[in-house]
Amino acid sequence: MIYKTQVTAEDGKQELWITREFDLPLFLLFKAFVEPEIVEQWMGTKVLKLKAQTHGSYQFETTDPMGNKHRFNGVIHGIVENQSIVRTFEMEKTGFPVQLEFLKFEEITEQTSQLTMQVVYKSVEDRDKMLKLPFAQGINMAHNRLQDIVKNLKY
Amino acid sequence: MNLRRDVFQAIADPTRRGILVLVASQSMTAGTIAANFETARPTVSKHLQILTECELLKQEHNGREIFYHLNPIKMKEIADFIEPFRMMWEERFDKLESIMKNYQSKE
Repeated sequence: MIYKTQVTAEDGKQELWITREFDLPLFLLFKAFVEPEIVEQWMGTKVLKLKAQTHGSYQFETTDPMGNKHRFNGVIHGIVENQSIVRTFEMEKTGFPVQLEFLKFEEITEQTSQLTMQVVYKSVEDRDKMLKLPFAQGINMAHNRLQDIVKNLKY
Repeated sequence: MNLRRDVFQAIADPTRRGILVLVASQSMTAGTIAANFETARPTVSKHLQILTECELLKQEHNGREIFYHLNPIKMKEIADFIEPFRMMWEERFDKLESIMKNYQSKE
């Protein structure tokens, strides 16, 4: 394993998978997705609303380095404590269609757990466009091992 | 074998990702690569074939030996396309993990 977080986006499919193993007991991992003040910390966003229940909903607001505010929202279709969350995700005023997310929480050992996210987009094009958004803003690219490998190639 | 191979399918496998990282340091023969994995030699050969078919690896003949090296153009394709997105999640999840570890010790 190279990375703890794996993203698989097969060519020509309108979905992608994000998996991650956590050095945390299952209940703590799950808690991090349903407690507003914890979500705020790790997502780096303001939680305007988070009703973590079946038929619940959420709305987040982030401020980018330029000071612009961006809002995200979705409905929580279903939630099973320490097992799963099915929700939608929408970036407001961007023209991007809503996406559907299936989150699966699993215990590996008493102290470790795994999250599997399946994200389904409206179309293959929408998925690829989403992937090409400048997510890396503000991230120190020096930590990008894959890119370092590419740069260090000698020819 | 006429299956269409693409880079994303190729890197979905942990052994293949391991091979890419290994070969990134220097060109290697199939034997040297296989020696680094517990996986059976024919399985490693199969992985090398897939990585070569989707052009992540290139073969270089040196006398009787074949050396494998990374194809930087294809590697860049992956890096550009998916890496920023993956890193965004990695950063978030790293943060989540450290926040919850503190949370746990406070309880």
